[in-house]
Amino acid sequence: MAETMASPGGAAGAPHGAPHGTPAGETRRDFLTLTTAAFAAVGVGAVVWPFISSMNPARDVLALASTDVDLSPIAVGQAITVVWRGKPVFVRHRTPEEIQVARDTPLTALKDPATDASRVEKAEWLVVVGVCTHLGCVPLGQKPTDVKGDYNGWFCPCHGSHYDTSGRIRQGPAPLNLAVPGYSFTSDTQIRIG
Amino acid sequence: MAIGLHDSTIQNPVIRWVDQRLPVFTMMQKEYGTFPTPRNFNYFWNFGALAMVTLMIMIATGIFLAMNYTPHTAYAFDSVERIMRDVNYGWLIRYVHMNGASMFFIVVFVHIWRGMYYGSYKAPRELLWILGVVIFLLMMATAFMGYVLPWGQMSFWGATVITNLFSAFPIVGESIVTWLWGGFSVDNPTLNRFFSLHYLLPFVIAGVVFLHVAALHITGSNNPLGIDPKGPQDTLPFHPYYTAKDSVGLIVYFIVFAFLVFFMPNYLGHPDNYIPANPLVTPAHIVPEWYFLPFYAILRAVPDKLGGVLLMFGSIAVLFILPWLDTSPVRSMRFRPIAKWALFLWLIAFFVLMWAGGKPAEEPYVTVSRIATAYYFGYFLVILPLLGRLERPLSLPESIAMPVLRGGGPVMAGAAAKPMEKA
Amino acid sequence: MRDLKRGFRNLIGALALGAASLGAVAPTPARAAGEAIVLPDAGFGFAGFFGTFDRGSAQRGLQVYNEVCAACHGLYHLSYRNLVEIGLSEDQARAIAAGVEVRDGPNDMGEMFDRPARLSDRFRRPFANELAARAANNGAYPPDLSVIAKARPNGANYLHALLTGYVDPPAGFTVAEGMHYNAYYPGHQIAMPPILNPDQVTYADGTAATVDQMARDVATFLAWAAEPETEQRRAMGVKMILFLIVLGGLTYAVKRKVWADVKH
Repeated sequence: MAETMASPGGAAGAPHGAPHGTPAGETRRDFLTLTTAAFAAVGVGAVVWPFISSMNPARDVLALASTDVDLSPIAVGQAITVVWRGKPVFVRHRTPEEIQVARDTPLTALKDPATDASRVEKAEWLVVVGVCTHLGCVPLGQKPTDVKGDYNGWFCPCHGSHYDTSGRIRQGPAPLNLAVPGYSFTSDTQIRIG
Repeated sequence: MAIGLHDSTIQNPVIRWVDQRLPVFTMMQKEYGTFPTPRNFNYFWNFGALAMVTLMIMIATGIFLAMNYTPHTAYAFDSVERIMRDVNYGWLIRYVHMNGASMFFIVVFVHIWRGMYYGSYKAPRELLWILGVVIFLLMMATAFMGYVLPWGQMSFWGATVITNLFSAFPIVGESIVTWLWGGFSVDNPTLNRFFSLHYLLPFVIAGVVFLHVAALHITGSNNPLGIDPKGPQDTLPFHPYYTAKDSVGLIVYFIVFAFLVFFMPNYLGHPDNYIPANPLVTPAHIVPEWYFLPFYAILRAVPDKLGGVLLMFGSIAVLFILPWLDTSPVRSMRFRPIAKWALFLWLIAFFVLMWAGGKPAEEPYVTVSRIATAYYFGYFLVILPLLGRLERPLSLPESIAMPVLRGGGPVMAGAAAKPMEKA
Repeated sequence: MRDLKRGFRNLIGALALGAASLGAVAPTPARAAGEAIVLPDAGFGFAGFFGTFDRGSAQRGLQVYNEVCAACHGLYHLSYRNLVEIGLSEDQARAIAAGVEVRDGPNDMGEMFDRPARLSDRFRRPFANELAARAANNGAYPPDLSVIAKARPNGANYLHALLTGYVDPPAGFTVAEGMHYNAYYPGHQIAMPPILNPDQVTYADGTAATVDQMARDVATFLAWAAEPETEQRRAMGVKMILFLIVLGGLTYAVKRKVWADVKH
C-alpha cells in the first residue's frame, strides 16, 4: 500500500519544505561522505585480507618435514623416486658415461643454459624435482623399461619434452630445466631434501 | 527505446545498455534508492539490515572454514584446532563464525521482538511474518548442525539429545532417529550429513530472505506508530536516509561483535566443547547453546516425553499463527495499554526460560520453567485473542507526519502517549 | 540535542535488549556436581583484556611439562616449532625436539621406526591410544593438555588450583582405592597423584621451584598452549575497535547531515 502512495523518487525528500543545504553545506556533506566512504573502504580491505591469506599455505604446511633419503641401496645406473612436499623427486645414481655426456654438452645447445656442475652436489648423484616444467606432468625415465627420450634422461609423455642426463630441457615445449631442490649430504650415503 | 527493451532512465551508456536488457539497476533504484519508507523509524528498524549483513558474514566465514575442515569423527576436532593454530588468520575466521552465530540470534531475537511490539505481523504483513518464522526455523537447524561439527563433547551430546527428540513420536520415532543418524548412534555418517546440510541451509536461508524482502517491498514497512503512511509527507526515500541510519547501527553492531571476537571469544561457548567427543561419557551438565535455552527449558518443563517435544515445537509453531491470534486492529503496542504490559511480561518469561534452561533439571528451576512456559503460551493463545475484544486502545494519530508538522500530536493519555519518535 | 538524545536512547534500548540476552545466560558454570567449587584467583598476568604471557614463566612451565607431565599427558596440537613463540630460540626449540623420540614411518621395509623429533613434529604422544593410556594408569585416562586451559571453566586458575589442591580429606570423607583427595577437582577424588613436590625440577633461571611456582608456571604454559593466538588477537582487537569507533563517528556525522533537513 505504501507503494501506491509513494511519491516519485526524487521528490520524496522535498515535502518537508526545508530548503536543501546551502552550497557550502553540500560541500561539507560531500567531503564528510567521501571521508567516511574512504574509511569504510579501508575497513573492507582490511577484512578481506585475512580471507585471502587463509588460502595460502598454512604454518604446518610451510614447516613440513624435510625428507631423508638413504642412497646406499641405489646401484650405479639406477634411479629412485622419493616424495618431498607432495611432489616426486628423482634421485639418479649416474654412470660415468652419463656424467661425461652431461659435462660435454655445450651451453649453446641448451634452451635453459646451466652447467652440469651447477646442478649437482656430487657428480654421481643427480637430484631433481620430477615435475615437467611445461605443465606439471611427471616425466618417464625412472624405471629401466621407461622411455628415456632422445637425450637418455627423461621424456615427458604429456607434450613430448626431452630432458638430458642432467635433467636439462633439450627438446619440446618445456621452458626450463627440471628444478633442483635444496638438499645436502648428511653423510656419504644420506641426503636431506628441504 | 527499441521494442522489447526495458525503458531505462539511467544515463551512463554502459549501465543503461545492461539495464535495458536486465533492469537490475532500475530495480535497485526503486527498491533501495527511492523506496518510500516511513519517516519515523527508530533504531529497532536497523535489525533487519543487521541480520542480512550477519548472514553474509556467516556464509563468507563458513566457506573459508570449510576449506580447512575435515568432516570425519577421527579428524574433525583436530582439523578445527589446526584452523585455530596453523591456518593464516584461521582463529579469526573461526571466532567470527562461532560468535557470529550468537550475534545472529541476538539480532534476530531483537528483530522478532520489534515485530511483536509494533505489530508488524498484522495484516497485510502476515506472509512476511511467516517467511520470517521460516527463516528463524532454518537458522535454528543450521546453528544446531554447525555446533556438531567441531566434534567436541557438547557437539556429540547435543546431537544425541536433539536427534533423540524425534524418538518421542509413537511408532515411527525410532525409525526416524535411525534415519537421521544413518546408523545406531550419532557417528561418522551423522557428522557427514550434518556438514553437508550445514553448508546447504544458509543458501536456503538466503533464498527465503529474498522472499521475505520481496514481500516487505510489496506491503511496505511497518513503523513505530503502526499506522499506514497516508502520502509522501509520511515517507522518505530509503536512500540516503535509511542507508545512513542503518550504517550507524551497523558500525555500533560491529563494535559489539568485535569485542566478543577479540576479547572474549569463548565467553558464549561451553568449555566442554574443547573436550573431544566421547560416545561413552556424557558430561555432567549438558546445555545447548544459549540461544536454544528458552526452548530447551520448555522441553524440560513438561514431565512427559512426547508432550515436552510437542510443546517445544509448539513454541515456534505458535508464531506462525500469531497474525490470527492477535485480534486487535491496532498494530503498535504504544496504543495498547494492557497488551503492552502483557507483552513485556512475555519478554520476561522468555528471559526466565533462557535462564532456567541453563540450570540443572531440578527444583526450583522446574517449577519456574513451568510457570514461564504457561505464560509464554498463555500470552499467545489466551491473552492476545481476548485483549483484541476487551482492550480499549488509545486514539491513534491521524498520520505519521502530522504531529511533526503541526508541532504536537493528538492528546493521548498515559505513558503510551510518547511524542513522535522520529529517526 | 533532544533528538540526538532520543535517537541514542532508542539505540541503547535496542542494544540493551541484545545485551540482556547475553546476560541472562552468563553465569551458567554452576556445575551439576552439586556444590560449587570456588577457585582461588592466581592473578595471572595474561588474564584481563590486555594481558600478555610471561615468557619466563611459560618457559619454566614448558620445563615442568617436559620433566613431569609429559610422562602421561600429551600436548598433541602443539608442534616443537611453536616453542619459539614463548621466547625460545629456534636452536633451543630444535634441541628440545631432538631430545624426544617420535614415531615415523613406514620406512622402505614398511616398518615404523623411532627417530629424534624435528621442529615440524607435533609433541610426542605418551601413549599409542586411549586404551593403552588407560591400561598404564589403572583405568584412568590422562587427557591431552593442548586445549585443557579452554576445556575447563576458568582454565588457568583451575589448573593452578588443582595442582596445589592436594590436601588431607576432611574428616569422614572416604577416598577410594587408587584415588587422591583434591580440594578443587569436581567430586574431590582424582586419579592423578600429587605429582609436584618442592624442587621437583631445577629451574635454569634460579627461580625457587615451590609447588605453587611450578603450578603457576605450568598453568601459564598451558594457557598459552590452548590459545597461542591470544596476544595477536587482543592487539588486533584494539586496532579494530579504535578504527570502528572513528568510522562510527564519521558515519554518525554523515547520518546527522543527511537527516538535517528532515523536520522532526
